[in-house]
Amino acid sequence: MGDLFVLAISCIFINNILLAQFLGNCPFLGTSKKMETAVGMAMAVIFVLVMAGMITWIVDLYLLKALNVEFLRTVSFILVIASLVQFVEMFLKKSIPGLYAGLGIFLPLITTNCAVMGVCLINIKEEYTFIQALVSSFAYAVGFGLALILFAGVRERVILARVPKALQDTSIGLITAGMIALVFTVFRGMV
Amino acid sequence: MAQSLVKEFTKGLWAEIPLFRLVLGLCPALAVTKTCENGIGMGMATTFVLLFSNILVSMLRNIIPSKVRIACYIVIIATFVTIVEFVMQAYTYELFLKLGIFIPLIVVNCVVLGRAEAFAGKNTVMLSAADGLGMGIGFTLALSSLGAVRELIGAGTLTVWGGTPLFTIGHGYIPFQFMVEAPGAFVGLGMMLCLMNLIGKK
Repeated sequence: MGDLFVLAISCIFINNILLAQFLGNCPFLGTSKKMETAVGMAMAVIFVLVMAGMITWIVDLYLLKALNVEFLRTVSFILVIASLVQFVEMFLKKSIPGLYAGLGIFLPLITTNCAVMGVCLINIKEEYTFIQALVSSFAYAVGFGLALILFAGVRERVILARVPKALQDTSIGLITAGMIALVFTVFRGMV
Repeated sequence: MAQSLVKEFTKGLWAEIPLFRLVLGLCPALAVTKTCENGIGMGMATTFVLLFSNILVSMLRNIIPSKVRIACYIVIIATFVTIVEFVMQAYTYELFLKLGIFIPLIVVNCVVLGRAEAFAGKNTVMLSAADGLGMGIGFTLALSSLGAVRELIGAGTLTVWGGTPLFTIGHGYIPFQFMVEAPGAFVGLGMMLCLMNLIGKK
């Protein structure tokens, strides 16, 4: 139990998926201009990443390793994620329309979010057990949400500031992200 | 015909250079550009995938039903990424280890899928090949220049190929390690975007 807690902390803070591993940066910059969209994206990622983490772990052990076709990992993982996203979208639309309205537009974007695919690959590379993979998927997703929401909060303020013309928009966004990443490097000594 | 080929090829090198103008493909750009060498390797792998996925998507553009086109594109891209993985494991194993999971993650690189969707799905094979090659080389240029800047400031060396530095700043130079660490990636790219905004308009 203690080990799992350490794993979760290290995935959320120390190896933060956005700021230390650089995965999922396109939606990070794309959806962080408003707090509302940032929260929506964070929720959608948590939801899909946990499911994708579980399913790809099972696929890897019982399909790829069992049949000795591990070279198909890239193809099969991306197919699993793409179809999972599609399935989740259809399911939510039918049964939980409220949640669908909230996550709606962010779901299709997740297919090409490299954080999802990246965490699935990390789970396999680090040879996590099923429980560990589940915890790491959830913790990475929470770390993604945390960084995204923090960043959106800062960015809403930056809009009000007078930024030099050449630095505007993405450029100042990246530098702001760099400052937040600098803050996150402080967590490194924790575990 | 020849003129439009040249036009499609060169737009990726400057006017629509993927990383700096379109701001696509950020993840590998930030993660692997600790050295110039990594940037070049990643860029070349992406170029290969871009070129061949563009060609194949363009060849099949009349066969693929438009409703499932994204899924088809992803399968095509994933196939070429698998080929790249094999080739790199065989010939440039050290670089393959350094780039790690970012090689399989070319599948979800928005530059590749973006070109398939925005260009190759609508244009002829020759034009798509020119577009893919141009975009790929542009991406490589962007990655290697970012890598060169970060490596020069952050480590005081410049490595182009093979692991040994081509050039080292004199002994008096104290490396500014911030640039090769995670935050330096964001700040470095932000500064380069700023520079691109100063040099030329969109």
